[in-house]
Amino acid sequence: MIEVRNGKKVLITPVSAEDLADIKIGDIVWLDGDLMTCRDVAHRRLVEGGRELPYDIRGKAIFHAGPIVRPIEGQEDTYEMVSVGPTTSMRMEKFEYEFTKATGVRVIVGKGGMGPNTERACKEFGAIHCVFPAGCAVVAATEVERIAEHHWDELGMPETLWCCKVKEFGPLIVSIDAQGRNMFEENKVIFNQKKDAAAAEICKHVSFIK
Amino acid sequence: MTKEESVQLMTDKMAKFVAYIGMKLPDDVIAKLSELREKETSELARTIYDTMFKNQEQAVALGRPSCQDTGVLQFWVKCGVNFPLMGELEVLLKEAVVKATFAAPLRHNSVETFDEYNTKRNVGKGTPTVFWDIVPGDDHCEIYSYMAGGGCTLPGKAMVLMPGAGYEGVTRFVMDQMTSYGLNACPPLLVGVGVATSVETAALLSKKALMRPLGSHNPNERAAEMERLLEDGINAIGLGPQGMSGNCSVMGVHIENTARHPSTIGVAVNVGCWSHRRGHVIFDRGLNATVTTHSGVLL
Repeated sequence: MIEVRNGKKVLITPVSAEDLADIKIGDIVWLDGDLMTCRDVAHRRLVEGGRELPYDIRGKAIFHAGPIVRPIEGQEDTYEMVSVGPTTSMRMEKFEYEFTKATGVRVIVGKGGMGPNTERACKEFGAIHCVFPAGCAVVAATEVERIAEHHWDELGMPETLWCCKVKEFGPLIVSIDAQGRNMFEENKVIFNQKKDAAAAEICKHVSFIK
Repeated sequence: MTKEESVQLMTDKMAKFVAYIGMKLPDDVIAKLSELREKETSELARTIYDTMFKNQEQAVALGRPSCQDTGVLQFWVKCGVNFPLMGELEVLLKEAVVKATFAAPLRHNSVETFDEYNTKRNVGKGTPTVFWDIVPGDDHCEIYSYMAGGGCTLPGKAMVLMPGAGYEGVTRFVMDQMTSYGLNACPPLLVGVGVATSVETAALLSKKALMRPLGSHNPNERAAEMERLLEDGINAIGLGPQGMSGNCSVMGVHIENTARHPSTIGVAVNVGCWSHRRGHVIFDRGLNATVTTHSGVLL
């Protein structure tokens, strides 16, 4: 579902492919509902190990993130989100097509760009990749209402699947949309042109070996 | 104070300092980010900066690490030979990291290689890393503490150029790394460049360069000029905050150098992310601590 609230475009899980149809790269959206942390080893287990995720994320969101959590005193097996921010999404690129296909995830949140596997997944299965401003882990943690479940704890704190309930989680900047357009790749072309021009200019002034 | 009590005191002070630098950025970084924020004009860049500043305020208000990746701790120690705890320092710093890990709390970021398990204490074989400079005839101990996060560690690269490549080759090496990896390493970046003989000498210098205060320049005039040229050049790429485009890309470029073998130019680049968590503290022989990077901190 999608809702405009105080000028904010809020995606509410479960999210459908239709909900994402009008969202374009560079848009800023927010998220209500289910968001599960999921990074390197979990992707590897599913794609290479052929294991099923212990939590259903169809129509929901994942977060490439390794958080800091702490146990809530006086309550058994419950945790508080202390600090959670995105990690480099590109590390999950080699797994993301198969992962999206197998799980039906709709919103992938992380840091930095992803590549052709993820573009293809977003286009074929109706999903988006978004960037949460990295290094803003306290803002993100305060937008987590609670940790509802946690799985694969044996992987340690960063890699555990922390299944969160979030409220107006964002800002999420759309970097790959459901049409498969990729903001980072489009920017990269421009960045590289500017880089070549800048490097050529610098080289005029650094001929110190004569 | 017995030796044991001294060790305990310095351990406690360092644990407190490590937790503190995970929560609050140094004064020079905050000032630079404020300056760069004002230069951004797009809604996207401004929204990102707003979130960054809100985050730093909330981290202090809630007493939490500002970024979840509290890194692998690195300590650059400049120790006078007459500092009374010189021999105890490595063990003491490890213990301080363990303490801070549970008190702050910090993320468990030490995975033993080959055995591939997380120690869940944030320390392991060779972590935290301690780099030494020994100062003759002195009884102080200066420590730069740095949280090396994964994201800004990834762009690190070193190689050895032939002299024919010249400083033009050094320029291209640094610039290429900005658009391939730098944009994902949480710009605006602090870029450290080492120019020396071999990979390890250049690499060490490139990280040491990140400890320097923002706005400082290499004492060599040409090196300082190259710092300015690279800073302007990387800014012109327009990476913007988070590499999502904008008017600036870096907080600065720092070059550190040594003499080189006539047949080689060792070059390395290391970057610090916008959340550049480094802190500098000086201990005297009585273990009184003076923090130079963060105003208003008493240890």
